Amino acid sequence: MALTQTSAGPQRPAVRPEPVRTPRKRRDGGAAYWLYLLPGAILFVLVIGVPLGGTLYLSLTKWSGVGDPTFIGFDNYTRLFQDEVFWTSFKNTIAMIVAMVVVPTLLGLLLAAVLFDVIGRRFKPRTAAALRAAFYLPQVLPVVVAGIVWGWILRPDGAFNSLLDVIGLGALQHDWLGDPDTALPTVMAVMIWVQIGYPVVVFMAALQRVDPELYEAAEVDGANWFHRFRSITLPQIRPETFVVALTCTIAALKVFGPVFALTRGGPENATNVPSYFAYYTFFKKLQVGYGSAISTVLTLIIIVVAGLFIWLQYRGERQDREV
Amino acid sequence: MAVTLVTDRVPRRKVRDRHHRGASRWVVLALVTLGAVIMLVPFVFMLLNAFKSPGDYSSSGPLSWPTEFYTKGLKTYWTEVNFPLKFWNSLLISGSVAVLAVAVSLFNAYALGIGRVKGRLWIVGLFLLANMMPQEALIYPLYYAAKEIGLYNTQLSVIIIFTVIQSAFGTYLLASVLGTFPRSVLEAAALDGAGKWTVLRRVVFPNVRPTLAVLLIFFFIWTWNEFLIPLVMLIDNSTQTIPVALASLQGDRLMDAPTTNAGALISLVPAVLFFIIFQRTLSRGITAGAEK
Repeated sequence: MALTQTSAGPQRPAVRPEPVRTPRKRRDGGAAYWLYLLPGAILFVLVIGVPLGGTLYLSLTKWSGVGDPTFIGFDNYTRLFQDEVFWTSFKNTIAMIVAMVVVPTLLGLLLAAVLFDVIGRRFKPRTAAALRAAFYLPQVLPVVVAGIVWGWILRPDGAFNSLLDVIGLGALQHDWLGDPDTALPTVMAVMIWVQIGYPVVVFMAALQRVDPELYEAAEVDGANWFHRFRSITLPQIRPETFVVALTCTIAALKVFGPVFALTRGGPENATNVPSYFAYYTFFKKLQVGYGSAISTVLTLIIIVVAGLFIWLQYRGERQDREV
Repeated sequence: MAVTLVTDRVPRRKVRDRHHRGASRWVVLALVTLGAVIMLVPFVFMLLNAFKSPGDYSSSGPLSWPTEFYTKGLKTYWTEVNFPLKFWNSLLISGSVAVLAVAVSLFNAYALGIGRVKGRLWIVGLFLLANMMPQEALIYPLYYAAKEIGLYNTQLSVIIIFTVIQSAFGTYLLASVLGTFPRSVLEAAALDGAGKWTVLRRVVFPNVRPTLAVLLIFFFIWTWNEFLIPLVMLIDNSTQTIPVALASLQGDRLMDAPTTNAGALISLVPAVLFFIIFQRTLSRGITAGAEK
């Protein structure tokens, strides 16, 4: 997901790196393996390495995309840190992290535990499976399609306002995405809807590998549901929680499609995010150097955040081993 | 889905064990079901309005039942957007990327996980980083280069780019899977005189085929749903993918509310079908990494 998808969409599967063992001895013919790395390496350098270098270089220039770039040093970065839109877009990223990481992870933990532990065990398994599918469905469709449908639902004459009218709350009718005050919370609500299925599905899968005897023993000891949730469920699925938090945070930092489909960053930048800000600067304002500076800063932030996450996980695992 | 739920519930067993006691479980079920219904409401809205005529929509609003089964909105979208062509573009791009990216991932991972070439940890880290990087950090140079070498506005440009981006993730995943591949099997094959290529084809490939299948499906779906790079690279109606075509119609006068809904409905059908067909493989994929 959200998956994201990157944006959302079916999300990256939860995968943790296995520790790579060190070879006992260097085998003959190790060089032959390099041949297999060659096509991938060439493609990687051409499609990732060179363009990334290009963006870094362009971030130090003033360029409209035609003619030659003019080298201007760090002027783009100086300008960036004084640019109100830049700060707004990053402030909105924090809102996106709340909507795409914090809320879905917490709600997802609760929902997965309830679906697995209460619905799954006290009703038929099919009931839990059907409910899980309902929560997962938004993850399946292209996030732009979801954005367009929601954009229509939330229009002044859209379905949501009609619904409010029907249930007697007509006074609350509003141009949800068109008002700078409500646009960001509205986009956040849509993102929660998009993202929620990913943690639910991952956590339910995780719960399947928890030994049921743990729960039975706790129940015999008289632990109520919340005790069991806190002292068995949460610690047991910590690795999955970590993977969900990491992948969703990266997706939140990069979010583009939903913002493009719902609001194009408007009104008055109320929903602008770094990704859209960079896209707009590149292709609408034709300020390639400045857009490159935005992208570079965003890349750095993602590297730092991912590094921080992986360090935290590594530290957590080491502490677990020492205990 | 709510319907299945009701039928599931009806033949209520009279089991008296401790799991099936208490009224609170019904409250929990009601709350979770309410949540699930809220999740499905947008789909209901979409279905309801995809089959309305514009006149019907403007006179009775978005919540009413359609007065007639109106399919012209669907047809308009289908022909105006040339949906079959968009579908083919999406299929061509996602299919090619899935196959090529799996192949590249396997080759990379063979060298890294089994060959254990020098500095593999750094190389795997680099690939992982590439997958997490925002696409904005690559897009302008790629756009510029594609224009210079004549690949701009071709499906090939998008295929090449996503083959690399997806295989960056595939390499990371497969390298860790192959890192735990039993050495004894490899050594036995080597004793029998099998070369590197034979080992890859006859020993490694058959063993990791399930993982490759999961990767193939994920690559396909991720690429199908991608937006930024296709939006920038594919400006022409004849090359666009489904999400880009739908988004570029937004705000177009052609797109009245029923046509918007019809378009969204048609656009999500392939994704939902694909999900239903491969649901098992997908959930296996999600759990695959979650097991110790």
